[in-house]
Amino acid sequence: MSITLYVPGDAAARALGADEVAAAIEKRAQEFGIKVHVVRNGSRGLFWLEPLVEVLTSRGRVAYGPVQAADVGSLFAANFIEGGEHPLRLGNIEAHPYLSRQQRVTLRRVGVIDPRSLSDYLAQGGGLGLAQARQLSPAAIVQAVTDSGLRGRGGAAFPTGIKWRTVLDTGADEKYIVCNADEGDSGTYSDRLLMEGDPYCLLEGMAIAGLAVGAKRGYLYVRSEYPDAIALLNAALDNAGDWLGDFQIEVRRAAGAYVCGEETALLESIEGRRGIVRSKPPLPAIAGLFGKPTVINNVITFASVPDILARGAAFYRDLGVGRSRGTLPFQLAGNLKFGGLVEVPFGSTLRELLYDYGGGSRSGRPLRAVQVGGPLGAYLPESQFDTVLDYEAFAAIGAVLGHGGIVAFDDTVDMAKQARYAMQFCAHESCGKCTPCRIGSTRGVEVIDRIRAGQREQIPLLRELCDTLTDGSLCAMGGMTPYPVLSALNHFAEDFE
Amino acid sequence: MIATLDTIFTRHREQAGALLPILHDIQDALGYVPEEAVPLIAGQLNLSRAEVHGVISYYPHFRQTREAGHVVHLCCAEACQANGSEALAAHAAATLQGAKVTVKPVYCLGLCASGPAMQIDETRLVARVTTEKFDALMNELGARA
Repeated sequence: MSITLYVPGDAAARALGADEVAAAIEKRAQEFGIKVHVVRNGSRGLFWLEPLVEVLTSRGRVAYGPVQAADVGSLFAANFIEGGEHPLRLGNIEAHPYLSRQQRVTLRRVGVIDPRSLSDYLAQGGGLGLAQARQLSPAAIVQAVTDSGLRGRGGAAFPTGIKWRTVLDTGADEKYIVCNADEGDSGTYSDRLLMEGDPYCLLEGMAIAGLAVGAKRGYLYVRSEYPDAIALLNAALDNAGDWLGDFQIEVRRAAGAYVCGEETALLESIEGRRGIVRSKPPLPAIAGLFGKPTVINNVITFASVPDILARGAAFYRDLGVGRSRGTLPFQLAGNLKFGGLVEVPFGSTLRELLYDYGGGSRSGRPLRAVQVGGPLGAYLPESQFDTVLDYEAFAAIGAVLGHGGIVAFDDTVDMAKQARYAMQFCAHESCGKCTPCRIGSTRGVEVIDRIRAGQREQIPLLRELCDTLTDGSLCAMGGMTPYPVLSALNHFAEDFE
Repeated sequence: MIATLDTIFTRHREQAGALLPILHDIQDALGYVPEEAVPLIAGQLNLSRAEVHGVISYYPHFRQTREAGHVVHLCCAEACQANGSEALAAHAAATLQGAKVTVKPVYCLGLCASGPAMQIDETRLVARVTTEKFDALMNELGARA
């Protein structure tokens, strides 16, 4: 009988030495004549413990971490394949407070199953949503998604049901489902974790969307910086057989342009052009990919749908607060001791995430600023850490939840420099269509440089420039760059003196 | 090159919006997209050479010259900044002068809880990079003179 071991094949675990650990385990096992089956699972998202090795024993899974290849000898000596004692032994990782306090819904299988195995997926509750959707009319599927209160998880938080309803109601000979997996925001990685840890969940969500609106073709646009995710999605599709019925999905590799995460630029890119933002209207739901009605949603949005169908809209709607229903997989990043994925219902506070989960700064210094929602999100000072994690509560303080990325900085951060970086990033990544974004961002860098050199009278000019960017840009690239700039200026004015 | 392009064109003949997939395949096969390939791609897809050139030059991933030696992408985005990526970039610039390695910025590798992060030759990811770890990796690459 062979022993089953789990060594994450997730990119973050691999970047911390998981491949070397897996190879060392197989080599030692062979020397000892022990048969092992090493599953390359996804990451559970507790990154300070990666590579996190789990062994399937008669008493369940026993975890060890963080394991380096050099530890493998002592692990065998400690009889870890039967769950033996060792300084790295963590026991049942699901009982770890970091995980047991979470409410994982959408990412509950990530790190648990073999991402390449459809049978593993189906055995862990996957596939029920698609089976249910096949029994329903398109309108009933759309109704379930509407009733769940699900809003787009890519950042804009537009109600998913309304978007799907528009596509359903628009007559056309062809319609498309497009998944935006161009997860370019710094501090975000939940799309990557899901694609590398539970790709079938995403494919199922896209297939359900196809049934809901009458589309037979889907495109999955994945950033080129995620080669592992692309390989896993293609492997999952190859192993899917006829499980998706007549719904066909093609994985498209992006090419390094941040702005292609904007939905219309993304459509341009799939069509084979420069990723330049389109004017709206027409909405993609009316005239999207190749001019046809198109559902375009983020990875986590699609991945949330199978559960909504399988467990009912009420199950999802009953989680969360206000108009923010369900769960959001928050991604703790930057200078935090315990960075990782925290999926909880809307309604807890930023402070809970930063301290109860994140454990404060990795450097040991006080946290000073936290950027929520990616490079186009606001910087929050300590006085705003008690803000409730809810789309409307964040909007009320001039901030955004976005895709749920949380990047923490300690007190060594220079916020005028961060504001300058936001402008510089905009200049670097602007598609060039709108003048305020294309040129205003470069002028913004110059104005901030002058302010930092002591010309405080330039501050009103910076504010005016931000107004122009906000009001004069078609998409969030130029339109939201003022969020990090102005929040830095408003909350950390001393750094601009 | 012509045979490689023909194989790639055949593979994508039926595909809608095939330009990016074709460019990816060419760069994967040849290491870059040669200037001579541009008119052939344009002819294949019924596009102008300017349109093809415009797409190649728009996307940072595509390059029109072969990389000489190793390429290291250092993440420069916020989450890595919060963990000292700027100091690491300065260290890289100071220690790799004249070396057979090109250091380029990249904006997010998705390893934001384990920064600073880097990627070597677009294949190998490394997280929690310290200056010691960086030096060891560069020695391993034989990057230093």
